[in-house]
Amino acid sequence: MGAALAARGLTKAYGGVAAVDDLDLTVEPGTLYGFLGPNGAGKTTTIRMMLGLIHASAGEVEVLGERVTPGKGVAALRRVGALVEEPAFWRYLSGRKNLEYFARAAGPAEDRRARLGRLDEVLDVVGLGDAAGKKVRAYSQGMRQRLGIARALLGAPDVLLLDEPTNGLDPQGIAEMRALLRRLADGGTTVFVSSHLLAEVEVACDVVGVLTRGKLVAEGPPSNLRPSGDRLRVTVDDPVRARKALADVEGVTVDADPAPDGAPGDRPLAAAPSDPALARPAAPAPSDPGPTRPGLAPAALRLTLTRPARAAEVNATLVAAGLEVSELTPEHESLEDVFLDLVGDDHVPR
Amino acid sequence: MFRVELGKSFRRWRTWVLAVVLGAVPALIVVALVLNPPPPGAGGDFINLATRNGLFAPLAALAVVQPFLLPLTAGLLSGDAIAGEASAGTLRYLLVRPVRRSAVVLGKYAAIVALLCAAVGVIVAVGLLAGSLTFGLGEVPTLSGSTLSLGEGFVRLLGAGLYAVAGVAGLAAVGLFISTLTESGPGATVATVAVAIIGQILGALASLDFLHPYLLNTYWLAFFELFRSPVSFDLMGQGLTVFAAYVAVFLGLALTVMSRRDVLS
Repeated sequence: MGAALAARGLTKAYGGVAAVDDLDLTVEPGTLYGFLGPNGAGKTTTIRMMLGLIHASAGEVEVLGERVTPGKGVAALRRVGALVEEPAFWRYLSGRKNLEYFARAAGPAEDRRARLGRLDEVLDVVGLGDAAGKKVRAYSQGMRQRLGIARALLGAPDVLLLDEPTNGLDPQGIAEMRALLRRLADGGTTVFVSSHLLAEVEVACDVVGVLTRGKLVAEGPPSNLRPSGDRLRVTVDDPVRARKALADVEGVTVDADPAPDGAPGDRPLAAAPSDPALARPAAPAPSDPGPTRPGLAPAALRLTLTRPARAAEVNATLVAAGLEVSELTPEHESLEDVFLDLVGDDHVPR
Repeated sequence: MFRVELGKSFRRWRTWVLAVVLGAVPALIVVALVLNPPPPGAGGDFINLATRNGLFAPLAALAVVQPFLLPLTAGLLSGDAIAGEASAGTLRYLLVRPVRRSAVVLGKYAAIVALLCAAVGVIVAVGLLAGSLTFGLGEVPTLSGSTLSLGEGFVRLLGAGLYAVAGVAGLAAVGLFISTLTESGPGATVATVAVAIIGQILGALASLDFLHPYLLNTYWLAFFELFRSPVSFDLMGQGLTVFAAYVAVFLGLALTVMSRRDVLS
């Protein structure tokens, strides 16, 4: 079977400005795909083109192998459930009645029957069983969001397209949503979920694509998006010897000394001088290392680990070299930093 | 789509308020006639004839609502049809069901026409009930002075009702087209009612009589002809042709706009 979702050269321009710009994207079946990007990056526009709501200016998009043409009843969309921006309902009807009418609104008779048969099930899945009789007018934003998910699930879809599904949910609701999406993906559903919240996609998704200015600037498993691997902060009694001891361990890179805590410019890799013997990079580059500082004051080193190196190995190496390790802390470079690096200063909505 | 539309409508307060307002018209006419009966021998229009035969009460009511309240009803239903769904955001969820956009437009239009039938039905039913209870039924006098059997009278009343629906269905097609152009339901409603009002202004200007054959409202009250003897179908035939032309043109435009437009709401 081919890709669940595929975009090729997909472009949408509004008044000469490209909201989605020559986007190539492939989502394999059964993947939980996080479509990450700042507001205005083109996430919703992409999803709308996938659903045939808007016309592409150029390129094409395929869902389950079928090309999507707006205005036509695209058969593949029968197997797609969607949440596009806010979950909108007929506010004068109850939650259940809304689902019923959406279930009956269109499609072949067998689809409509199948959807109607799943009403109670999907209401239970999103935890709205008890509130289903209330008018949507009286729903909280979180409840509407849940009802929107329920509507997307009505057709037992093979592909779920969810635009910011955790909007308006409380932390517990977000955790439940994440678990639900994971469960669906594990059951073989392709879940394509857009978000501007990094934590969400980092925890839950198999693959993350980062969109900015309508272009995909990075794609891969969340762990691969960190360019520098895992980071470790180690406090030892003699940093100079520690550096020497670690120099031979495969997969361990010792950064230049970090600036003191709280100091600005704590972005070590590129800016700091690279002489490993330097105890204080701020000092005017002395050419003779070692003796000027005995190196006996405890100091922190920052390490970057790439597989197969592990923290335990670092510790063992240091202890074997007779060093006293007083602290060893994993330091995650947050995906947020990676994200901000990727999207540059485009995180302000245009 | 059609049945869902009807189901939704019958669960809206709006629909029932509209029904009550429309039903009140024939009731008010009957009450007014009881309180202030026309002098004997007054002219043979529908209102005066109602005191002689209750069958004319619904016809009088139709004649009253046709230029004002029925266009308003049509504007409300059709203007809101697409634009209302767009502004509520439900349009996109309907379209991704998935469904051909033409099916949405046609289903909505069918539901509007059905509701207009119901609206005219309410007027006729209330009028007939109030009129027959108050003034009784019997042989039906015509505007030309002859009489018809009661059965024949009912058939012609039904014909008048259907003709009234056809007339306003033409306007509803205009309203549906306007509704595809905007995301404001009230805006589309107002625009549709404005079309009806402008039509009547143009119809009232004698210097523009070359336009009159193409206006919907020129033919709206032609169901009067059904109560002449012999019945002349000329005006009604032209009317039905013009109504059908409006439906074809504006429904076609609505379908074209819908199939091409980007659904951004």
